[in-house]
Amino acid sequence: MKYMLMMNVPSGGPYQIAGWPAADITAHIAFMRNFARKLSAAGELVGAEGLSGPDQAKLVRAGAGGEPITDGVFPESKEFLAGYWIVDVDTPERAYAIAAEASAAPGPGGKPLNLAIEVRQVMSGPTDDCIPGA
Amino acid sequence: MTPRLDNSAQDLLRELAPTVLGTLLRRYRNFGGCEDAVQESLIAAAMQWPTQGVPDNPKGWLITVATRRLTDQIRADTARRLREHLVVSLIPADEQIALAADAAGVNERDETLDLYFMCCHPALSESSQIALTLRVVGGLTTGEIARAFLVPEGTMAQRLTRAKHTIESAGRSFPELTADDRAARLPAVLKVLYLIFSEGYTTSGGDELCRLDLSDEAIRVARLLLQLLPDRPEVGGLLALMLLTDARRAARTGPNGELIPLDEQVRSCWNQERISEGKRVLERALGQGVVGPYQVQAAIAALHDEAPSTEATDWPQILALYDVLVRFQDNPMASLSRAIALAMVNGPADGLAALDVLAVDPRLSTHHRLAAARAHLLERTGRHAEAIDQYRRAAQRTTNTPERDYLLLRAARLNDSLVRSS
Repeated sequence: MKYMLMMNVPSGGPYQIAGWPAADITAHIAFMRNFARKLSAAGELVGAEGLSGPDQAKLVRAGAGGEPITDGVFPESKEFLAGYWIVDVDTPERAYAIAAEASAAPGPGGKPLNLAIEVRQVMSGPTDDCIPGA
Repeated sequence: MTPRLDNSAQDLLRELAPTVLGTLLRRYRNFGGCEDAVQESLIAAAMQWPTQGVPDNPKGWLITVATRRLTDQIRADTARRLREHLVVSLIPADEQIALAADAAGVNERDETLDLYFMCCHPALSESSQIALTLRVVGGLTTGEIARAFLVPEGTMAQRLTRAKHTIESAGRSFPELTADDRAARLPAVLKVLYLIFSEGYTTSGGDELCRLDLSDEAIRVARLLLQLLPDRPEVGGLLALMLLTDARRAARTGPNGELIPLDEQVRSCWNQERISEGKRVLERALGQGVVGPYQVQAAIAALHDEAPSTEATDWPQILALYDVLVRFQDNPMASLSRAIALAMVNGPADGLAALDVLAVDPRLSTHHRLAAARAHLLERTGRHAEAIDQYRRAAQRTTNTPERDYLLLRAARLNDSLVRSS
């Protein structure tokens, strides 16, 4: 089963990495790389991406003729999606364990950030038990 | 597990792929069909050669297999369309091959060359040109190209199929190009090769073990192109630029994938073999008398490669070369690099003044490189608080992770020293 692990970080909160001391930034980057590498080596990583900052985000809606209407100013929100992982694991518990590990990524002073990681199951095709006769 | 082809046989296959396709296209004209047939012949070779050995005439083997696949496919298509239309049966094609294989008077060089130009057909988008070049000229499989660009294989397969349709619907699928056509399309070919190189050079790599090295591929294909067009100095210029840049690759990233700028790189890690090959190729190109932007950029790269340190770099010469480059092309990034070279010659204040002039260019005003260049020069003048601000601004704007990490760390280190001294 696949899960998407979303790292939603509060704007203006502790995840303002730019203000950290250099050693803490280095430790955080090393943790994230190592984390992805471990998941990949375990055969659990489907994909992971970091997203650029919310100040570059755009809201787009279709206009009358289907043309994109771009809203240049992104509304102030309390949280933004900084990045995500998609993992393929055997149990939901394993997905939660991975999320907890990500949540404990080191922050200022090397202390765990304990960010809230949103865990959502990725929809899939029908399972065997709902196919008659399977 | 089936035995795998050794590296030299793999290289041979990739080298032969465009020639085989060129031969097939000359006979059958149908680009999509020929291309598929050649890919199938490459797969057949990869499966059969490890156990049966490489045939005495590998090119003839591939042409025979590809032709068989193509005629099978055309027979199937023809059978389907037979009711509408009885078109020319291509069965005699089997006989044609005996006649045409390696026939005298056929300009194989032009055939192969025209594949490069066809892959850079003006009707194609840049991403399609890149994918098609790697597939058709580079002889890579769809899977390899997909992994190199980190997109799903189905997506890449679709991109290639659409590209082939675009070429076919844009006119005769394999038009005879005139010398003028070739001259007009050469810049597009060079640009595509350079984009492939840059894609490989700027991605952090390392994580993806099975990921193909795009920089190496671009260099390999540029070498082939130079063999076909030895008298076009910009082809040599491009190859030299790639070699002289690639020489610094190992020194360019740290253990966590972070970017290491030129002035902090361990120069003994630079690849001397690449540097001397690049310089040889560049000297030959410059000797041909027609200077172009790739040769100028290669000459700048060579000056960096030759320098024992940032301080001992021939900055006046580099500045002079940027002056030449800026005249060739209206490229804001070249102007930005020129401003940095100016700062190295005349001091950071002059560099900052030059950046202020460039900042009115809308292509640069919000670009992360402008902020990064400002930050470096502000740091050198001792305006640390402003430098930190510019580094952070640049970090916020870049979409390249190693670059963002580098800029954040640069700001953090400066900030650390400010905190300590206060």
